[in-house]
Amino acid sequence: MNSSSPVSRRDFLRVSTIAGGGILLASYVEPLSALERYAPVAGAGPLADPALSAFVRITPDGIVTIMSKNPEVGQGIKTMLPMLIAEELDVDWKNVRIEQAPFDPTKFQSQFAGGSTATPTNYLPMRRVGAAGRAMLVAAAATKMGVPASELTTSLGVVRHAASGKSMTYGELATDAAAVPAPDLATMKLKDPKDFKIVGTRVKGVDNKAIVTGKPIFGIDVTVPGMLYAMYHKSPVFGSKVASVDLTAIKAMPGVRHAFVVEGNEAGGLTGLMPGVAIVADSWWQAKSARAKLDVKWAANPTSAQSTAAFNTQAAALAKSEPQRSLRKDGDPDAAMQGAKVVNASYYYPFISHAQLEPMNCTAHFKDDKLEMWAPTQNPAPGRQLVARVLGIKEEAITVNLVRGGGGFGRRLTNDFMVEAAAIAKQVGVPVKLLWTREDDMQHDFYRPAGYHNFAGAVDTSGKVVAWKNHFVSFGEGQNFANSASMGPGEFPARFVPNYALGASVMPLGFPTGPLRAPGSNGISFAAQGFIDELAVAAGKDPLQFRLDLLAQEQVAPTPPNAQQPVPVPPAGQQAPVQAGFDGARMRGVLEMVRDVSGWGKTALPKGTGMGVAFHFSHRGYFAEVVQATVSKAGVLKIDKVWAVGDVGSEIINPSGAEAQVQGSVLDGLAQALAQEITFANGQTEQSNFNTYRLLRSNQVPPVEVHWKKTTFPPTGIGEPALPPAIPALVNAIHAATGKRIRSLPLSKQDLKWA
Amino acid sequence: MKIQLKVNGQAKALDVPEDMPLLWALRDELNLKGTKFGCGVSQCGACTVHVNGVATRSCATKAAAAQGAEITTIEGLSPDGTHALQRAWEELDVPQCGYCQAGQIMAAAALLAKNAKPTDADIDTAMSRNICRCATYHRIRAAIHRAAEIKSSPASVGAPAAKSPGGSL
Repeated sequence: MNSSSPVSRRDFLRVSTIAGGGILLASYVEPLSALERYAPVAGAGPLADPALSAFVRITPDGIVTIMSKNPEVGQGIKTMLPMLIAEELDVDWKNVRIEQAPFDPTKFQSQFAGGSTATPTNYLPMRRVGAAGRAMLVAAAATKMGVPASELTTSLGVVRHAASGKSMTYGELATDAAAVPAPDLATMKLKDPKDFKIVGTRVKGVDNKAIVTGKPIFGIDVTVPGMLYAMYHKSPVFGSKVASVDLTAIKAMPGVRHAFVVEGNEAGGLTGLMPGVAIVADSWWQAKSARAKLDVKWAANPTSAQSTAAFNTQAAALAKSEPQRSLRKDGDPDAAMQGAKVVNASYYYPFISHAQLEPMNCTAHFKDDKLEMWAPTQNPAPGRQLVARVLGIKEEAITVNLVRGGGGFGRRLTNDFMVEAAAIAKQVGVPVKLLWTREDDMQHDFYRPAGYHNFAGAVDTSGKVVAWKNHFVSFGEGQNFANSASMGPGEFPARFVPNYALGASVMPLGFPTGPLRAPGSNGISFAAQGFIDELAVAAGKDPLQFRLDLLAQEQVAPTPPNAQQPVPVPPAGQQAPVQAGFDGARMRGVLEMVRDVSGWGKTALPKGTGMGVAFHFSHRGYFAEVVQATVSKAGVLKIDKVWAVGDVGSEIINPSGAEAQVQGSVLDGLAQALAQEITFANGQTEQSNFNTYRLLRSNQVPPVEVHWKKTTFPPTGIGEPALPPAIPALVNAIHAATGKRIRSLPLSKQDLKWA
Repeated sequence: MKIQLKVNGQAKALDVPEDMPLLWALRDELNLKGTKFGCGVSQCGACTVHVNGVATRSCATKAAAAQGAEITTIEGLSPDGTHALQRAWEELDVPQCGYCQAGQIMAAAALLAKNAKPTDADIDTAMSRNICRCATYHRIRAAIHRAAEIKSSPASVGAPAAKSPGGSL
């Protein structure tokens, strides 16, 4: 938060009447703040018009319709954001209807699903819109009833005057309210949270009925009259161009209408349109059957020399040298290690795949120089930019309809599937639905990158951590890390250990990578919190108490969040800024609570059963988790139970959705730890489907107890931060159970036998 | 080839490739989009339908082979979306992304038809062929128990869930 620009953002309302009666409230944001607060984006000028941030319609029947602007991929945003408006408007949730907004950057400031940003950016603005609507309805009622507004109360969509016993519904007042001057949003009086009736209650997903009855609401379900079905066949070695292919026989196959080579927009490029062969047929099955007969010769590609084995060899060699560059240095770690107890350890986590259950797909129709798309994307703005650039058409000529995505996890932040559908649609001129196979999906992901952490740490005779060094070996070129393969200088325990050094070395990477739920953190936490456990053992301390003590060693205070200001939305496609660092006191709060709820240290567990603890701060959220696990002497692992405690501020807006996100995130982390690994050989992904890349199943699921540590800080998002600590808590539990220290994932490749 | 399928009680005439899986006949020929494609190789269960009451992976069953059988999809599980499982799924707010849930419900319906009062272990075993990538497993299990309760005591519909599943407080 930039404290030098106290009024850098102003929301205002535009109000209009609806034909047939009713009121339409549209709140706008002046187009100055968000763009100013971030590093300038090349070519991104200020928005031409104020940005629409909320849109509410109240009709004479008392129905309140709220437009949900962000993409929905299972994070529950389509339910949660409207709750904030409905709360302050003071309506009955039963009378609220939600509509998915189309993608329209001329109206909406930001429409994307990522970084757990929707809660912190919308918590106050959405409430202010609801409060303004309520104030206008009350003003209209005061005029109608001939009483002062101050004597009126509202509840469940009705304005009441207690003294006279008069009451009017919002529906009756809506048309008149549209004539009331719009109030200043900044001065709106908001409810005291203790008076909340919707926020803080378990509200069910607004699309549940459609989901349980099989309604066609997902991207894969889109149907457009006259639509054909497309498959896109790319090189198994990433980015290879087509050297030669004979499509004569393919074109003659049943149902096939078109088969053609797509050049791709950049040779060897991994971020635009990759080269391949498109097959378009009357049915998807016919396109798939034709594809099975394809015989493509792919051009030579240097990536074919890359493999997991080669990366591991190279990483081991780099670990023996000095880091290529320093990311942070405090004090003198080498000097501090003299005379202290020193621990060295190297940690490794593999590449993993998003494996969202709905394979990538997109429907597109190119006609008369205009393109209409139906895209299950988390990030439509850069998707449309990419399509415009590659196809050489204007962005304004492209309409993007947002459709529900069957899981996101960060995969849909990258819009390769959009540009493929667009390129095929432009060629064939009729509506086309592109749908990948699961094999396409797993072999052409933007993977969570592997990482190698080479630690040296030291504890003094009192058990205090006095030095911490990490040589992080990752992927990239020169000073640049590959996408989502970076590590920031603020990463814990920076600021908590007086002598601290973080250095990095990178290897070139021919495979595409990208953010996966709690990017960076989902691997870093495993390594750092595992190593902290090793230091606790070296210090002879209880691992949980050791962490509390370490958190109390905070050297420099963090920048406190400003409770009065919403967190600004980063421009689409950019990550939210890294905050100055987390607050050790807040983390101690969740750690103490997880100690208490899990009964840490209170029960004597038999050999083979143990509890492990870990914490992690990411996406503004504080999580501490305890895992209890049992390992048989033969090495069979069973996760007995997980306790998760989160501090995401003062309010859990929708406890049902929030608890589901925590349970899902914890199980996501455990699934990654148990068995997930993408490996490469000869420039190709070796795994292809769920038989070789294993997701968690019902018979592996432990109970996950979720607790909230409510604090006075502003509410923050919950889609990601519960994931990272689950992994180290599990490996630390395995250590407690067996004495075996796990420094490499997945666990399916580790020998857990003990005697 | 020309085939006849009986889907959700209705006879349907189709002309499809002889190797077309039932999944694609349902989705793209009969426009029943509720049955989902997840893996194509019988690994995830998103495509689960009933063939003569048996939970079946429609991605690995040829449409032609299903001729003469009673096929039920999520759209035909109940006339108005009020099967005990559908009610329980809504009541316990099971879905996150929702993509796998039609398959989960169809697998659970086959289980409840055979076992009116399944234990946790019965559920975990029967449902282990259906992946939920969002990991809504706690609520799926709780909702199956709840559906069993609704079936045995329909008057309890609409009562709030006593506590949240998965051990949360």
